[in-house]
Amino acid sequence: MDILNNLVFGFTVAFSLQNLAYCFIGVLLGTLIGVLPGIGPLVTIAMLFPITFNLPAVPALIMLAGIYYGAQYGGSTTSILVNLPGETASAVTCLDGYQMARQGRAGPALAIAAIASFFAGCVGTLLIALAGPPLAEWALLFGAAEYFSLMLMGLTAAAVLTHGDMVKGFAMVVLGLLIGIVGTDVNSGMARYSFGVPELTDGVGFTVVAVGLFAVAEIVVNLELKEAREVFTSKITGLMPTGKDLKDSSWPMVRGTAVGAFFGVLPGTGPALSSFATYLLEKKIARDPSRFGEGAIEGVAAPEAANNAAAQTAFIPMLTLGIPASATMALMLGAMTIQGIVPGPQVMISNPDLFWGLIASMWIGNLMLVILNLPLVGVWVRLLRVPYRWLFPSIIMFSSLGNFSVNNSPVDVYLCAVVGVLGYILVKLECEPAPLLLGYVLGPLMEEYVRRALLISRGDPTVFFTRPISLAFMIATLLILVVMIAPAVRKKREEAH
Amino acid sequence: MKFDLRNNKDFLAGLLFILIGGLAVVIARDYPMGSAMRMGPGYFPTILGSILCLFGVYVMVRGIVSGERVKGEWGWKPLALIALSIVLFGFLIDRLGMIPALVAMFFVSAFAGREFRFKEVLLLAVLMSAFAAGVFVYGLKLPYPLFGSF
Repeated sequence: MDILNNLVFGFTVAFSLQNLAYCFIGVLLGTLIGVLPGIGPLVTIAMLFPITFNLPAVPALIMLAGIYYGAQYGGSTTSILVNLPGETASAVTCLDGYQMARQGRAGPALAIAAIASFFAGCVGTLLIALAGPPLAEWALLFGAAEYFSLMLMGLTAAAVLTHGDMVKGFAMVVLGLLIGIVGTDVNSGMARYSFGVPELTDGVGFTVVAVGLFAVAEIVVNLELKEAREVFTSKITGLMPTGKDLKDSSWPMVRGTAVGAFFGVLPGTGPALSSFATYLLEKKIARDPSRFGEGAIEGVAAPEAANNAAAQTAFIPMLTLGIPASATMALMLGAMTIQGIVPGPQVMISNPDLFWGLIASMWIGNLMLVILNLPLVGVWVRLLRVPYRWLFPSIIMFSSLGNFSVNNSPVDVYLCAVVGVLGYILVKLECEPAPLLLGYVLGPLMEEYVRRALLISRGDPTVFFTRPISLAFMIATLLILVVMIAPAVRKKREEAH
Repeated sequence: MKFDLRNNKDFLAGLLFILIGGLAVVIARDYPMGSAMRMGPGYFPTILGSILCLFGVYVMVRGIVSGERVKGEWGWKPLALIALSIVLFGFLIDRLGMIPALVAMFFVSAFAGREFRFKEVLLLAVLMSAFAAGVFVYGLKLPYPLFGSF
């Protein structure tokens, strides 16, 4: 039982006092900030991740992962209590969760959300442990051509599946790739797009892009919205769900987990799509679909399970292939790179403590969340009342200090303002920033792989189609395109008639 | 409304893509192209810039056809204030120290909000700067002077 041994090893890593402490801090901070209105998991991670720089790799990633699922959990709390999803993944939870809160059943809704998340988290963790090693072993066969094709597939999926416009999604990916290229070219040593600024020869910093796009731009968008929130606070009396609640939500939980685990692995879909998909599924198979949207507990259990399962399984491609499936995973990947770890299948062999420790810590973190959240709901509710006008300057403070601390250079801070302005304009023009971040992270790698692949093949581009694994990725890329474009074209034709 | 290009969502998005893509291609002309077999530093960026331009043209034309407007108003004022507050922070931190930079940042960014209450902002600035000093300077031991230049 290799896996058992590995998991035991992982738990010994994760149960060290230091790692346990960072896991706890991560989960706590993540929930704390995730609960604050208008701040989703992405911003939370982007903002907090400079403070993990000074830590060794394992606790740093454990803490970041903790921040991630803590923030996600916090997002569902806000969805239920104030009908304000921290991010798209918990938007579905608003539908029934908020209705339950209005009916005075906020307690059970929160409890079911916690239980569903925990259940899905356990399954997700197990899946990573099971699927990780064989996948990584397979990925060891990959050469430059395979990696290029795989990245092409990932970026295509990210562009196509992003909510919003597909063509703009592609354009954003390309824009991200271009931003990723800024800096010194590893092959020739030539500084590209540095505009004579010495700091730019190291490239545009990772935190600069992430914070600029997801914190600064987001704040300006939020400032336009009206601040009108109804908080259901006085009505949280009983936390415990009834036996019927548990029975009603057990199967939706299982189905949600399955759907979420599947979508989590796909690039670009992540938690958001999975929670929508599973909600629709539940509504379809329910005996009485009209209850949905009126406070059906299944409508909380299934999406919450799905988004948590997806959040976990998203780690699979990131840890085994070095390909992020979502913007959040791109952040995690960036954190790994900053820690000096080259992402890819060799991570499992070169840093087994990181891989297995991280997996084990996710399970522990999920357990901590359940224990932490249910008794602390009162505290979170009070946090919800913090007005946005206190929040956003504080977010800017953390972001700017974080950016400055990476290189102790004001240039990074200035750049972040520039990226923020660009990000705001893009968001207003309805261009999703997430594909840009994926492109930015993969840009330098992709260039490196395409160069290497073509060097080996002596400039023959058919190399991407003659090697079987690479060909499979290319076919998959094409399939994704066809599947997504075909309905759009048909719809256009119908409109034309 | 169809010809109001200044607020045409896709026209502007396309224009932005074309400008950035075009700039990338133009600048990349200074970098050696190399061949497909031995790509120079200019190869990949030139291709990417061209692709971005193509997407830009498509989005732009689509915008002219559909004429869809940007939703809501442009928040130029909050955007400018937020950006300014960040730049100010970067400019002041190694000249006056961390605390003055943060206080300046809080006051400028708070103007971007819908309401500005002087006492509240002052309190927030003081509390959060103290917190930041505790976390970053004493906790994480970053070598930033609280007051004064580097």
